[in-house]
Amino acid sequence: MNDNQEPILVCKDLCISYYTRAGEIPAVVDFSLTVKPGETIGIVGESGCGKSTVAMAIMQYMGANGGIKSGSITFKGRDLTQLSENELRHIRGSEIAMIYQEPFASLNPSLKISTQLMEVPLAHENISQEEARQRAEQLLADVKLPDPKRMMDSYPHQLSGGQQQRVVIAMGLLSNPSLLLLDEPTTALDVTVEAGIVKLVADISKKFGTSQIYISHNLGLILETCDRVFVMYSGEVVEEGTINSLFTWPKHPYTHGLFACIPLPTADKNAAPLKPIRGQLPLPFDRPQGCYYHPRCDHFKPGLCDVEHFKMEHVEDSAADHRVRCLRYKEIDHHIEAVDIEVKEALQLGKRVLNVDGMKKYYEVRDSSLKALFSGKRKRYVKANEELNFTAKEGETVAIVGESGCGKSTFAKVLMGLEQGTEGEVRHKGKDISEIAVRDRSAKQISSLQMVFQNPFDTLNPSHSIGGQISRVIRKFGVETDKKKIFDRVMKLLDTVKLPRDFYFRKPRQLSGGQKQRVGIARAFAGNPSMVIADEPVSALDVSVAAAVTELLMDIQRKHKTTLLFISHDLSVVRYLSDRIVVMYLGHILERGTTEEVFAPPYHPYTEALLSAVPIADPEVTKREIVLEGNLPSAMKPPKGCPFCTRCHRRIGDICDNEIPPEQVVADRHVIKCHIPLDVLKKVAPVIHVPDESERLHATQ
Amino acid sequence: MTTTSTTEMPTAGYGAAFLRALKSFALLRESWVGMIGSFLVLFWVLVAILAPLLAPFDPNSSIQPFAKPGMAAAKGGVFWLGTDHIGRDILSRIIWGSRTVLIYAPLATLSAYTLGILMGLAAGYRGGWVDDVLSRIADIILSFPVLVLYIIIIATIGASGINIIIAITFASSPGIMRIVRGLVLDLKNRDYVAAAQTRGESDWRVMLVEILPNARGPLIVDACLRLGYVIITIGVLGFLGLGLPPPDPDWGGMVNETRQMAMAFPHMTLFPCIAISSLILGFNLLADGLREISLRD
Repeated sequence: MNDNQEPILVCKDLCISYYTRAGEIPAVVDFSLTVKPGETIGIVGESGCGKSTVAMAIMQYMGANGGIKSGSITFKGRDLTQLSENELRHIRGSEIAMIYQEPFASLNPSLKISTQLMEVPLAHENISQEEARQRAEQLLADVKLPDPKRMMDSYPHQLSGGQQQRVVIAMGLLSNPSLLLLDEPTTALDVTVEAGIVKLVADISKKFGTSQIYISHNLGLILETCDRVFVMYSGEVVEEGTINSLFTWPKHPYTHGLFACIPLPTADKNAAPLKPIRGQLPLPFDRPQGCYYHPRCDHFKPGLCDVEHFKMEHVEDSAADHRVRCLRYKEIDHHIEAVDIEVKEALQLGKRVLNVDGMKKYYEVRDSSLKALFSGKRKRYVKANEELNFTAKEGETVAIVGESGCGKSTFAKVLMGLEQGTEGEVRHKGKDISEIAVRDRSAKQISSLQMVFQNPFDTLNPSHSIGGQISRVIRKFGVETDKKKIFDRVMKLLDTVKLPRDFYFRKPRQLSGGQKQRVGIARAFAGNPSMVIADEPVSALDVSVAAAVTELLMDIQRKHKTTLLFISHDLSVVRYLSDRIVVMYLGHILERGTTEEVFAPPYHPYTEALLSAVPIADPEVTKREIVLEGNLPSAMKPPKGCPFCTRCHRRIGDICDNEIPPEQVVADRHVIKCHIPLDVLKKVAPVIHVPDESERLHATQ
Repeated sequence: MTTTSTTEMPTAGYGAAFLRALKSFALLRESWVGMIGSFLVLFWVLVAILAPLLAPFDPNSSIQPFAKPGMAAAKGGVFWLGTDHIGRDILSRIIWGSRTVLIYAPLATLSAYTLGILMGLAAGYRGGWVDDVLSRIADIILSFPVLVLYIIIIATIGASGINIIIAITFASSPGIMRIVRGLVLDLKNRDYVAAAQTRGESDWRVMLVEILPNARGPLIVDACLRLGYVIITIGVLGFLGLGLPPPDPDWGGMVNETRQMAMAFPHMTLFPCIAISSLILGFNLLADGLREISLRD
């Protein structure tokens, strides 16, 4: 990067508003940004903070009701706000390109990849079909897609999500833009696929010299891709700086709060629990006086923070471009505060409550094609779960980890009685329940096994009041029968999940995502369950809200000594809260053991790759880079031998392709399913290196 | 427990539900299309209720044939809309006829909806052979031209109020079933349905309490439109002589009885036609208004 070069993009004192029936809503206030050639800027913040609005404003694509109120956006010396629609059309797609969150929504499903890619240079430049095709093919190779020729002739649905996103990125790069906007490009993808895309994005600026603006809610991803980062809160930047200065010495209380919300490798559910930010993001038309963050800030000083809105300020003794919007940043010592954390008691584990023994779940698929009729193979099986073995004790948190399609949700369905297992046993409190459908289970069996669902917008019935939905559970399980007592119990549950009591009468649409998820938890615990299955309960929530919900879930678990089965794809959350981990891939359990065992060698090669894929928002934690090639095989046609053999970076030979690997016992309840001898696996170096407290930079400051 | 219990237990449910319904009706004021529609519908409902007070003459007695609109009657009073060929007052017949339409059309729609919703819920939620059987039956019924279907049914079981309801139910419930089935296919994959299943709720409870209320938006709009079609149907049946048996006033029947004299005495057919169209228009505009509001929310 060259500091003397003219900046590509300069946003100066930008204010953006939306105009609705309710009046003007200021979405972004006082936003300034400079992008130099080849630089990658990260914008991070929770939903509703205005980060996507900034991207849309740069594209000058605000929709009918949005407008730039004041300020300027200068792109290569031209003010974009002054350009006509016609001039803008020449810039969009050719000089500024944008990549959206969902690749399958960005590609036209009825056109071939070649048509969609060639369109870009053909529209913006005066070149021949042949040249356009060559350029497109070259770029597909550049974004590391295998077999670009075949890709060109495919339709979007023939590619996987990761491949689609690579095509979209190639499309963005085709006209060789000077600025690439990426709006959460990996949020819809699996972790191992995400790792590949992130690596690609990080290489783009080196290879093409393109400047990038990378929008994300994930601090870890920002760390891996960007040079400088902007932290946004409620429509304004609260802190900006280089990755190094901001991640090592965050100054703004909000930035600090964000770091305290994400489960870094140093966090521990008992000794160093997450510290959720209290309160909620203010609504855009309801922002407080003075500092927008003051109602949620622990360092709020009346008479100073709540008087006037103030400007960004350069941080003393830090890098030149480290700036913060806080009047008290010099006085706040985050170290003193860090000591003041409540230590929670570890839960004593009881007897075994769940015993999964050789559980299999096959789905039968009837093939009625002519080919199947001739070959006689009319029935095929989707092997969703293959020989699952594991146990869980009372009060234990067992995490099931795996990417989409690994069979973790199928297992949850069998456990809940929504599906029946094909073979094997699932014993809950000694009784095999794998073949009992939910309607044949006794009220006691049902109530002792409850579930918290993933999508907060889907988990509550929009037609019924919160109170009605919780009391239905209590009535159904016969916990209480008297009307008054049921009502009292709902009130108590609302207290437990820290929601106001008058939420009883509210409808779900009046609640925020985090609040809905709390109601979901209250509903699951209404019947005093002995075991709760949580299917990615926080993956759809913002970081600060997710931290609060995670802590809440664990507090209730501690109180009730509930066994928690936590289904997730996010290893950092899993590491933080679980006692034991089960790693699944394509229906098989590849590794299982305690959290410490799984996170330290010997690893299963897949666990190793998963660990490497998790973005960690700590610049001093180092990781060994393992990027998996290829895609998850189809569950209809799994590999004959080891399920992971098609993508494994430690493949040892034909044995992997042809034989199902044995379960190798490392220690009691720590099992690895792999052909590689344990001695070899034990010699593998750790993937993640966390420096000691004494080695850390900020400790010396 | 941190807060003191300030929240009261919910008491009467029906009063609150009524208030809520009123509130959502008040939303209609934001759509002028919906306002005109509800005004038209409300007008005819009032006319039907107050028929004995509003009608100047007995609708079935023959007083003075071929009277022009506005002509004074011999025994006092005015034939505002004239009389028909056997001397019955058209205004009175339209007023009393509104009762027929506004009783049979909603009843027929309601009954078609009940059957259609039950079939749609079962087909969408259960799937498999239940869906196959119900969908094929619906296909067969829908493959007949509707009018032919009505004629066959009414001709077989005879023309009467109940039989009109039966015929309309039979002919339009497959269409409703299709709509409901489509909505259920989408709604049954929601997490709250899974939550109800995992607490062991019965299938019918899941369908009626968890799924159906969330399908109400599109169904209410469709019901309003369908009510308009049913009014047309009742009119058509009356016109074809398959409606209510004479001499009871029936808008469609009035048009049918006088259509041969339409060129000479246009008032005999015109006014019943205006009555039919205005009511249908009312329901259609109301449906548009409701859709507009439901999209806005």
